[in-house]
Amino acid sequence: MSTDTSTETPEPASKIDLPDHVAGDSGSIPSFDCTFQIARFDPEQDEEAHWEEYKVTMYGTDRVLDALHKIKWEEDGSLSFRRSCAHGVCGSDAMRINGRNRLACKTLLKDLDTSKTITVEAIKGLPLEKDLIVDMEPFFQSYREVMPFLITSGHEPTRERLQSAEQREAFDDTTKCILCAACTSSCPVFWTDGQYFGPAAIVNAHRFIFDSRDEGGDMRLEILNDKEGVWRCRTTFNCTEACPRGIEITKAIAEVKQAVLQRAF
Amino acid sequence: MQVHQYDVIIVGAGGAGMRAAIESGQRARTAVLTKLYPTRSHTGAAQGGMCAALANVEEDNWEWHTFDTVKGGDYLVDQDAAEVMAKEAIDAVLDLEKMGLPFNRTPEGKIDQRRFGGHTRDHGKSPVRRSCYAADRTGHMILQTLYQNCVKHGVEFYNEFYVLDLAMTEVDGVRRPAGVVAYELATGEVHLFQAKSVVFATGGVGKVFKTTSNAHTLTGDGMAVAYNRGIPLEDMEFFQFHPTGLAGLGILLSEAARGEGAILRNSDGERFMERYAPTIKDLAPRDIVARSMANEVREGRGCGPNKDYVLLDLTHLEPAHIDAKLPDITEFARTYLGVEPYTEPVPVFPTAHYAMGGIPTNIGAEVLADNDNVIPGLYAAGEVACVSVHGSNRLGTNSLLDINVFGKRAGIAAAEYSKTADFVELPEGAEGDTVALLEKMRTSDGTERIGAIRKDLQELMDANVQVFRTDETLREALDEIAKLRERYNNVGIQDRGKRFNLDLLEAVELNFLLELAEVISVAAIHRKESRGGHFREDFPDRDDEGFMHHTMTYLDPDSETDGIKGMRLETKPVIVTRYQPMERKY
Repeated sequence: MSTDTSTETPEPASKIDLPDHVAGDSGSIPSFDCTFQIARFDPEQDEEAHWEEYKVTMYGTDRVLDALHKIKWEEDGSLSFRRSCAHGVCGSDAMRINGRNRLACKTLLKDLDTSKTITVEAIKGLPLEKDLIVDMEPFFQSYREVMPFLITSGHEPTRERLQSAEQREAFDDTTKCILCAACTSSCPVFWTDGQYFGPAAIVNAHRFIFDSRDEGGDMRLEILNDKEGVWRCRTTFNCTEACPRGIEITKAIAEVKQAVLQRAF
Repeated sequence: MQVHQYDVIIVGAGGAGMRAAIESGQRARTAVLTKLYPTRSHTGAAQGGMCAALANVEEDNWEWHTFDTVKGGDYLVDQDAAEVMAKEAIDAVLDLEKMGLPFNRTPEGKIDQRRFGGHTRDHGKSPVRRSCYAADRTGHMILQTLYQNCVKHGVEFYNEFYVLDLAMTEVDGVRRPAGVVAYELATGEVHLFQAKSVVFATGGVGKVFKTTSNAHTLTGDGMAVAYNRGIPLEDMEFFQFHPTGLAGLGILLSEAARGEGAILRNSDGERFMERYAPTIKDLAPRDIVARSMANEVREGRGCGPNKDYVLLDLTHLEPAHIDAKLPDITEFARTYLGVEPYTEPVPVFPTAHYAMGGIPTNIGAEVLADNDNVIPGLYAAGEVACVSVHGSNRLGTNSLLDINVFGKRAGIAAAEYSKTADFVELPEGAEGDTVALLEKMRTSDGTERIGAIRKDLQELMDANVQVFRTDETLREALDEIAKLRERYNNVGIQDRGKRFNLDLLEAVELNFLLELAEVISVAAIHRKESRGGHFREDFPDRDDEGFMHHTMTYLDPDSETDGIKGMRLETKPVIVTRYQPMERKY
């Protein structure tokens, strides 16, 4: 007999009546013309980035990434940007779209004002490599410095370590991070002080500090109590607004600050 | 040109590559070469879970898991490999938990488990809760956890290094890997990496199709590189079409939705899977569900303006339950289709998802040179490989399991091999072919565009080599691919630069896609039966007498197959241990 732990849902009906708009015709797919201003930079030719304009016709649920692909594949093959999964889980295509950090694959054109020019540029605060590509190494360096891995001591259990659903919930939000750098590169403190760990590194430290299985919290808190640590955060909420995964980053940073104070070095 | 030397080179940093690196890095001097930053790999897009018979929530055992895997693969599974995978699944999940993976938990604090397609108790009696999961982000958590542990162990990565060739040298009559040739995207430089052992973990080839759940970067690189060096590809005709891709987009909606109780409906509002798989209905294996959906559409019961999709109905589930168990996929439906899954069914249609075939290996992850011999020092794991645990149709969750079990095995084996083996001398001018190819591409000024050829290829494959196939559609595909290859010879790229020349990268990838599309089509022509993910309308039944074997495709300059010069097809026996083929009903 099953020791079922979740609520069993009742067996759904074999047949239901569907409203017409769901079962059948829902009209044609709208198309619209968009104008893009894209910040271009060729490191082999240019001193600095400059804007170039492109006009494209796009459809229905197309995203900014689709427009970039259309430009690259049909107009100008030299336009360079990173992308991979194209649905907001790999974190490759963070860029500044109309002045806000977002993922190009998660920004639908119909949600932007397409009557105006759409601007696209590389994220700020990291060295520009080419067009929309920046050097991610400083970002990952900060990430590595907070020891983003489970630290335990003593004998390993034979089976899994136990953890209650409540304990798991305490760090659920920060496990969603995809390391796209949208948050860190939207932070005004990071722009002026590249030494600051930045929100993404703190998010990933939070993920372990609040994991009931982890024993490395004190070490991480000590690292983040540094002058380039959590105290640099000025609570501008840019990071929270930028996060494509909806992580409450400012709240996570506040929780880390609290933890530093409570452990009082 | 820079030349590097490592004991072990791992190509690819998705789940399989990083799982291998964690093992190899602690035993031998190891470097991981990866086209993408590791956390960008497509393992991160996997959603539903990883099956293991932990029996945390109900009775289960690895033997049932083995049986389900064999039956799910329509008996083309090598049963020794399936046994290894199902047995080692338990430790693979526990390893990940100890590395820090935040699994969902039972009220007792153990790893929670849920239902998944084709996974059953006691040889098909009813669905079983076997999938260990972290909401619908299991792949993301696996990728992050493995990367975290690579950081912990100081694994050396070469990020954005694209491996374009495998250097092989014959030693005492046996071909062995000497190293790999890589193209550094940031600088445009070619690097040579000498190694005692090489592990391929480069993932799949979904981008041969238009409608796919795969990332843009999944262009079959490792398969093509191996094939071009004379290594066979196994069972390439078997491609999995995942039932529930967002209609028109192909973005994956996990089978976990159906595991949690969602069902499929046609335009009559009918739960049509009751007709196709009366016992386990919507939780039948993917090939069966995908075909059933496509059949509903063909018979005029599709939905939408073009009646070309069906509906995934979650509306009878509690919103709180959906939020807790399926947060990401419901957000995909909202973001990309503007559909609210609490109250409206979601438009879905099969999407090209997974290559069951690939570089042939044995259970030690050693690459096979042919049916009887391994290539000493060369390993493969994950989607790029064919071990074959998935046979003709992979069960949901078994890919996350495959990368962990065989990634680990490959990492240990490659490191142990390097301890006793010597470096093999690199062939003279090992980088020559790659340098020539890159220069030819960089200066190409033909009139054809990469984007146009790729689009035509993908549309061709969707039309002719998808869920339903016939001799006619497949031969048409081959004819058209030949024309596309002609056009490819007249391609021109626009980026003439060295640094981050992704125009050039896409041109190289497209060549791999064209080659592999040809291999897939030829293998599909020759399998005149229907089995698992390969359905031939002109041969609708499984034919165990004629086709209970693997397909091995070789690049061979002296052969000709179906008008394709330079290709040779052979067969390889299926390894059967416990289970004789039976009729596959659910």
